[in-house]
Amino acid sequence: MVALSHGLGGFVADVVEGRRAPKVGPRVLDAVGWLTTPLLPDDYLGLLNPLWSARELCGRVEAVRPETADAASLVIRPGRGWVGHRAGQYVRVGVDVDGVRHTRTYSLSSPPERGDGCITVTVKAVPGGVVSTYLVGRAAPGLIVRLGPPDGTFVLPEPLPSRLLFLTAGSGITPVMGMLRGMASRAVMPDVVVVHSAPSRDGVIFGAELRALAARFPRLRLYERHTRAVAGDGRFTVAALADVCPDWSRRHAWACGPTPLLDDIERHWRRHGVASRLRVERFRPAVASSGGRGGRVRFTAARRAVYAAAGTPLLQVGEDAGVLMPSGCRMGICYSCVARLASGRVRDLRTGREHGDEGELIQTCVSAAAGDVEIEL
Amino acid sequence: MTAIAHLSEVDIKEFGRELDLIRDEVIASRGADDAQYIRRVIAVQRGLEAAGRTLLFASVLPPAWLAGTTALAVSKILENMEIGHNVLHGQWDWMRDPDIHSTTWEWDSASPADMWKHSHNFVHHTYTNVLGRDRDIGYSALRVSPEQPWHPVYLAQPLYNAALAVFFEWGIAVYDVELERAWSGEKSWGEALTQLRHVLRKAGRQVAKDYVAFPLLAGPSWLPVLLGNFTANVARNLWSHTIIFCGHFPEGATVFTEDQLDGETRGDWYVRQLLGSSNIDGGPLFHIMSGNLSHQIEHHLFPDLPSNRYAEIAPRVRALCERFGLRYNTGPLAHQTLNVWKRIVRLALP
Repeated sequence: MVALSHGLGGFVADVVEGRRAPKVGPRVLDAVGWLTTPLLPDDYLGLLNPLWSARELCGRVEAVRPETADAASLVIRPGRGWVGHRAGQYVRVGVDVDGVRHTRTYSLSSPPERGDGCITVTVKAVPGGVVSTYLVGRAAPGLIVRLGPPDGTFVLPEPLPSRLLFLTAGSGITPVMGMLRGMASRAVMPDVVVVHSAPSRDGVIFGAELRALAARFPRLRLYERHTRAVAGDGRFTVAALADVCPDWSRRHAWACGPTPLLDDIERHWRRHGVASRLRVERFRPAVASSGGRGGRVRFTAARRAVYAAAGTPLLQVGEDAGVLMPSGCRMGICYSCVARLASGRVRDLRTGREHGDEGELIQTCVSAAAGDVEIEL
Repeated sequence: MTAIAHLSEVDIKEFGRELDLIRDEVIASRGADDAQYIRRVIAVQRGLEAAGRTLLFASVLPPAWLAGTTALAVSKILENMEIGHNVLHGQWDWMRDPDIHSTTWEWDSASPADMWKHSHNFVHHTYTNVLGRDRDIGYSALRVSPEQPWHPVYLAQPLYNAALAVFFEWGIAVYDVELERAWSGEKSWGEALTQLRHVLRKAGRQVAKDYVAFPLLAGPSWLPVLLGNFTANVARNLWSHTIIFCGHFPEGATVFTEDQLDGETRGDWYVRQLLGSSNIDGGPLFHIMSGNLSHQIEHHLFPDLPSNRYAEIAPRVRALCERFGLRYNTGPLAHQTLNVWKRIVRLALP
């Protein structure tokens, strides 16, 4: 019982500061729903403290820690409904930039063993990236973000294999850091080799912490490659792997980094017939951007796919394909036709502007396919 | 049509182009301030509601009853007008916040949001003031334009319009079922009955909240709570009826025929929206309380622009109308309301 062990004052402080949500049973909330209809009790609770709303999971940024010149870790306290994660998983983070909700997926760099109930994501600012530059440059403690449930299979198996290899480059270290921190906090360190590439020694995200871990655990060997340093090592290639880790093919391996490197790694493992020991995490799906052309449109609920020309509204595309499309004014004013975009990008036929985030609600009557898209209808 | 007889096709095209520019400008400048505005209005409204309902629990004291009822009435007006109506229009969809989105919003009104969006956003805003298409011309119950054929039932319209004002949300809920279209065979009775059941389910919870749940919770104060809730609902109905009737029915609002829709250009569409709408003059607080429907003209030209931006573009729209010699119908609330009622009384007669 928290109130007893911690003192009532501590409990109240926890509630007020959002570390602890008031415990309310679902049946009580159901009854209170008769008082708040057509809204839910959570709509009012969320106004008092966003972390209390379980309907849409929120988190509050508690600290922003610079890691390198262009990367920072956000310490986030998740609100009611956070189910916990496994080291190496990722989480969907929604943040409002200039009034508009943007959603991105980031690897969790903290292990579940972290004691304060917070999670961390580590973000590298991508030039021109709306969300990454905002999170690294403008985010401050107190910022409320939306969180999705943790997901992903880039995790350590139980029990731990005796020999592990982590191959990472750049911000690809972030999910691996979660795993290393987890093992370190349990003081269980098997035979681990970390091969990590970064532009320079200072540009290594978690550089100091990685070096400290390697010093603390003799069984953890760290190979850093500084690709752009003066007299640097050049880019890491799989050909060089055997030099730093001769027994690589007998190790369980985890790889995360830029797409070309991961493609090489996958090929290398396949060629040696050990692909089953390799796990790969990709930050960016291989999407080809397309200019003024249409694409293949798939309506997920109707299970129909058709080709759409660049100038044809998705509403018409769907109707022509016999999909039950909600519709109204067909000129972009009444919003009767909005549908959820599952993947891909669309072009606003009125402005020519391309847009489209996963899960975005789009007006099908004035949007055309810009490449392949999936619509949840 | 006399109101636009002096304009060439080129003029109308230019008029439309200028309005498109205003629209593009607002869209390009939507940002964090606008998002903060709507979130603040929502927070104030929910705070007022909570305060009003709490005060009503202490309503054995008459000042508490009055304060509570007032707070609740103001909250209900904000909820329906500046928040509900505008969110359901998709004015805030650009924020991509699923909590403040036209597809997920439900409001404190007897009519379910999805049915209202069809009858209002689509039928009314697309076919504004087109006789035979825009069912909002007199809500298929009133004769508000001399072009509507007279029927003896209209003799009673001053009376039933007064009744409609008191129970406006119920009028809208029933109206959205489009019973008259089922009667005339334009839609099936099966569909109408399904929709009616949908309304009853939604409205049932509304009634249960204001007239069962909160009075029960109030215990000995159940009667003043029930009366306070009823008064707040009626006040909201009277206010929204007044504002909304001023939007399209004062003298000078033009009606159109269906054949005018053939080959209608973007410019023509703007002109029709302009001539079918009227504004109400007032200060910032009045505009918020009217859900910015006091800027009915701007709202009809740009139904999906955030309501907090109508005030800043209104002078530019008005100047544009002057430049093109188009009527920009506006006046104080009392003047426009009197005008509406005069018209309803006069058109009750053949």
